[in-house]
Amino acid sequence: MLPLFWLRVALCLYGVGLLCALASLWSGRKVLTRISLPAVGLGSVFHFVSIVENAMFSGTWAPSSMHGLESLLAFVLMMFFFLIYARFGATSPGLAVFPLVFWLTFSASSYAEPTEPSAPMFVSLQWIYIHVALILIGYSALFFSFIASILYLIQERNLKSKTGMSSFWSRLPALATIDEIGFKCLIWGFPFMTLGLIAGSILAEARFGTRYFADPKILLSGLMWVVYMVLLYTRWNAGWRGRRAAYLATFAFGAALLAWAANNFSQTHRFIAP
Amino acid sequence: MTFHLIGVNHMSAPLEVRERLAVSEAQLPDAIRRLVQQPGVDEGMVLSTCNRVEVLTSIRQGADLRSFLGSYFGVSPATLNSHIYEFEQREAVRHVFRVASSLDSMVVGESQILGQVKEAYAIARGLGAVHSALEALLSRAFAVAKRVRTETAIGSSSVSIASVAVQLAEKIFGSLENRTVYLVGAGKMAELAARHLIAHGARNIIVSNRTQARAEELAESFGGRAVPFAQMYETADHADIILTSTGATEPLFRREHGERLRKERRNRPVFFIDIAVPRNVDPDMNKLDGMFVYDVDDLQSVASDNAVERRKEAERAEKIIELEVDRFTLRMKSLAVVPTILSLQEYCETIRQAEVDRIRGRLGTITAEQEAAIEAMTRGIINKLLHTPITTLKSSTDHPEAATIHEMIRRLFNLNTGKPKE
Repeated sequence: MLPLFWLRVALCLYGVGLLCALASLWSGRKVLTRISLPAVGLGSVFHFVSIVENAMFSGTWAPSSMHGLESLLAFVLMMFFFLIYARFGATSPGLAVFPLVFWLTFSASSYAEPTEPSAPMFVSLQWIYIHVALILIGYSALFFSFIASILYLIQERNLKSKTGMSSFWSRLPALATIDEIGFKCLIWGFPFMTLGLIAGSILAEARFGTRYFADPKILLSGLMWVVYMVLLYTRWNAGWRGRRAAYLATFAFGAALLAWAANNFSQTHRFIAP
Repeated sequence: MTFHLIGVNHMSAPLEVRERLAVSEAQLPDAIRRLVQQPGVDEGMVLSTCNRVEVLTSIRQGADLRSFLGSYFGVSPATLNSHIYEFEQREAVRHVFRVASSLDSMVVGESQILGQVKEAYAIARGLGAVHSALEALLSRAFAVAKRVRTETAIGSSSVSIASVAVQLAEKIFGSLENRTVYLVGAGKMAELAARHLIAHGARNIIVSNRTQARAEELAESFGGRAVPFAQMYETADHADIILTSTGATEPLFRREHGERLRKERRNRPVFFIDIAVPRNVDPDMNKLDGMFVYDVDDLQSVASDNAVERRKEAERAEKIIELEVDRFTLRMKSLAVVPTILSLQEYCETIRQAEVDRIRGRLGTITAEQEAAIEAMTRGIINKLLHTPITTLKSSTDHPEAATIHEMIRRLFNLNTGKPKE
């Protein structure tokens, strides 16, 4: 299938980018990022082509399977990475993002696409699409904020240990920059996540009524949203940074992971098997 | 044409000798003019900084720069000979590359020297003392210096306490733009460190000192404000960087002050630079989230780590330079045969033209086709004959006997006098 072909091309390029990023981590040379960034950049172009072709083939932008969703999330993560790179010139989040993107793309491309457009879904596809897009942006923002809080912790330890400028970690962005990345991601991600959840709830309400709200997926999503809000609040109000912020961010990320995984055991929120 | 470099630097000569050889900016044009008037000197430039005085020239045989230096500066040959170094060709090229890349500097990796070399070059060029050979060498040297800077981390780490403090502050706050610096104690060292921070963008300088007058004086020189010593803790709440240097025997900032600071500043980080001995900041403060404390020893150890790191990077830089020297000398050699090839072609063309004119006179009227045929035939013969010598010349640049081959061809065709023999 053509869409899968382009996705695999993208996967190869992501692989090259990931390897170069890891190699530069290992060797401590900057030179490799010159290969890594163009590779993943080109990869995301092909990735976009595959998403467009997939949409033309199935007649909707909304992903029709878990793998389509993985592909879309990988793409949104990549766009986030480039946005942050453009704004802050920081490449270090790539060390966490590239493996995840590679894994998601790998998973998405290693399964055969449904041979026919899947059965028409029960609610307006446009609404599903909006719900999915908003949530994915929210997830990506949360993920980047999580990475930033981990990087903050590492950089703080590094500065406190007084080991100087020669260690690998000293090449991380300045503490204030990492802090700003994390905070901006939280701030910008929150409305997307909230609106995405609201859109999802409206859809579910229309289809299942209140029964839907006892579903594990919705409960976990609700938990995630609450942690997200607490995270935002403590950061906004008390200026939490460093250790405590990292614990909270890890918790929020864990909740997001569970909510994502809940697709597999949810009764109502799942893709119709092809 | 030979590259030649003669000079002294901080390693070869003590300050007394460097002083006597130093050329002031006002003196420089005169020195350069006198230099290129020397017999055998084609091109020349003079680099004079506080750590080195070097004369770089492109010379023919017979140039004696050692005695030029001696007479120009009035230094005895004995003094000169014991402190001077002299390089030719490849060695001179390497030295110029190393100097421009700051590998020959007192503080390896410092970035000033490249600017100084560029300026010296611009002055010599402005006087018409630099043409093709030195131009090729210097523009390559600038490119090499850039390459060294981008491919190694030689210039990225600081080796003095004040610059380490700035570098650390930038690692914490990103840019120092609009950050507030609070000087507690107004000694010379504190002033120096503060100047470094200001040079990197720090604004809002606050000074407190036991003697209020000194605090006011210093604050004024920075365009900042002085605050009485008694208000130290309240003032500290507004500072991103706190530089302590008082003679207090007990720490001024202890853990409990840190807790308070953190609360007041809503967890925004604070960087303590403690250059006082005994220390003004309790080392325990460093254990609090968001508090970074560096004392003199910490700064010193970062500085010496950086120095070690620089040496490692310098080794990598030397490798790059070796490669670049190879490339450059090879290119110069292949450029050296170009005039020979041109005069060889010119020589043959002159003969051909003369012979064609002669035969035309004998033949009387000939048609345009016949004339074209004669042209084509004679040109063909010349090109075929010249093919081997020219390719040999071109490919011989890397040959150990390149100079012999080159000279042989010049002699065979009598190119040195420039006139074909009858």
